[in-house]
Amino acid sequence: MMSAIGEPNITAITFFGLFIVLSLGITVWASRRTRTTDQFYAAGRSVTAFQNGLALAGDYMSAASFLGIAGLVAVSGFDGLIYSIGFLVGWPIVMFLIAEPLRNLGRYTFADVVATRLRQTPIRIAAAIGALAVIAFYLIAQMVGAGNLIRLLFGLPYEAAVVIVGVVMLAYVLFGGMIATTWVQIVKAVLLLGGATLLAGLVLMRFSFNPLALFEQASAMYGPGVLAPGRQVTDPIDAISLGLALMLGTAGLPHILMRFYTVRDAKTARTSVGYATAFIGFFYLLTFILGFGAMVIVGREAITKVDAGGNMAAPLLAEAVGGTAFLGFIAAVAFATILAVVAGLTLSGAATLSHDLWVNVFRGQHASEREQLVVARVATIVLAIISIILGIAFKGQNVAYMVGLAFAIAASANFPALVLSIFWKRLTTAGAQASMIVGTLSTLVLIYLSPTIQLDILKNADAWFPLRNPGIVTIPLSFVIAVGVSLMRPVPSEERRFVELERQLHLGLE
Amino acid sequence: MLWPHMSNSTQSPHSTLEAVSAARWRIAILLTTIMMVVYFGFILLVAFNKPLLGTPFVAGLSIGMLLGVLVIIAAWVLTWVYVRWANTHYDASLRGLRS
Repeated sequence: MMSAIGEPNITAITFFGLFIVLSLGITVWASRRTRTTDQFYAAGRSVTAFQNGLALAGDYMSAASFLGIAGLVAVSGFDGLIYSIGFLVGWPIVMFLIAEPLRNLGRYTFADVVATRLRQTPIRIAAAIGALAVIAFYLIAQMVGAGNLIRLLFGLPYEAAVVIVGVVMLAYVLFGGMIATTWVQIVKAVLLLGGATLLAGLVLMRFSFNPLALFEQASAMYGPGVLAPGRQVTDPIDAISLGLALMLGTAGLPHILMRFYTVRDAKTARTSVGYATAFIGFFYLLTFILGFGAMVIVGREAITKVDAGGNMAAPLLAEAVGGTAFLGFIAAVAFATILAVVAGLTLSGAATLSHDLWVNVFRGQHASEREQLVVARVATIVLAIISIILGIAFKGQNVAYMVGLAFAIAASANFPALVLSIFWKRLTTAGAQASMIVGTLSTLVLIYLSPTIQLDILKNADAWFPLRNPGIVTIPLSFVIAVGVSLMRPVPSEERRFVELERQLHLGLE
Repeated sequence: MLWPHMSNSTQSPHSTLEAVSAARWRIAILLTTIMMVVYFGFILLVAFNKPLLGTPFVAGLSIGMLLGVLVIIAAWVLTWVYVRWANTHYDASLRGLRS
């Protein structure tokens, strides 16, 4: 099959141009409403539950899940679905354990919650290490993905694509803060959900709207093995470890947690997670149709010929069922997807640097509103420059593992301290601090010693650590450290403050 | 009513913060445990019983894919159960505590 992928595509450029014009228009509008720190970091707490549900979905559904999972299903069948499911099951956990307490206890970052009744300086520094590590790896994965995708989709040079993404994202965050970021994420979520639904509809039209007929065709063409677990899951312990990291990591991603501060109160935060879970679950169900649709309609060989990893399965499918114009639309949606995710990541990184480190550590909580905004904007510029440099530095490298690494750090460094600070009155400053630092470092060290780095990247003969995902070791380790250190040296004054925390946790600031 | 003992303890207008908190965490831990059992049950089957998951349930749908869809539906249902519980019982108790 001849494909227009990789050639400059008029529809793609038109749709993408429209998205840029619309999103920059939103940014201009938002910039007039971004004068205080509450507006810059938290959109003035004015986002509705439905809007935040869409924005959470837009922040979370990365190009990796749209193109990557559809491609994985197209190439490996059932195995790709394991990721679809893993990326959803963290959301109920966010709902049950995190969303409402976070909204009631914090202002801009998750470190606010951990530091509520503990000592500010050590907690903020330890939390910043974990948060920045998650953001850095997630950003690198997105920037490298952006460079590769845009080169494949639009025929643009890699470096140019990385710079465009970096500069446009900088414009959103710098001028429009959380208000612009939220609306970019909402527009992106609507485009992605709409585009994926339309694509799935066009696929199912060929199977009289019966998904089972599609799956049956796939199994007739490529053998019944495509509907069963296959080669991707070889080690059971590794499968559980990955599952743990995906599930608990979702509840520890700084850019996702930050979104709960944009709504009016805890009840709105609760309702917004309900919407987000519905949208995200629906999207991952669609990846079943898109993946198998590409397998049957485009064919595995044609997909892997364009990109060995299968990442072009969904765009190729769009071209096959809707022509070059629809390919252009889906390509533009993929670009918009990346922009919305990197904007959310950069804003949460800026909040960590300015709110956690500058205001609460260096200035001892005494910084004027004006100073806080200046520092937040300088941090945004620095992060945008760093992400462009990292995106170009990692050109051509295998960064697929970095999203998994970001989830593993989020699950090991951020999640245990966050949950224990909410649930467990005996948690001490030293316990939380040790847990966050050990969680970050142990994950980094074990990933470095894992087969992913040692065998695949460094081409060594064997790896010290057998698992590709360290979650099953590092998450329990982080909990044990937090509990052990806290019990060894109890701090009665911190324990007494738990009573106030509990009141605020349920009733908010009265 | 799924958990009658909990709704009784939280519906009383005179309930204390400790009681409301305890009920909130009981629900949270119960639902979290169910979600984990469902999800890791699925993962363990993927890891240890691949032939079962490959067995066709009906033509075109293996047991593995059916269970996968059910895990997603379980996530939806558990989330919905929590929102329902919180909107009725938890919010009512919080109103009681505020007044």
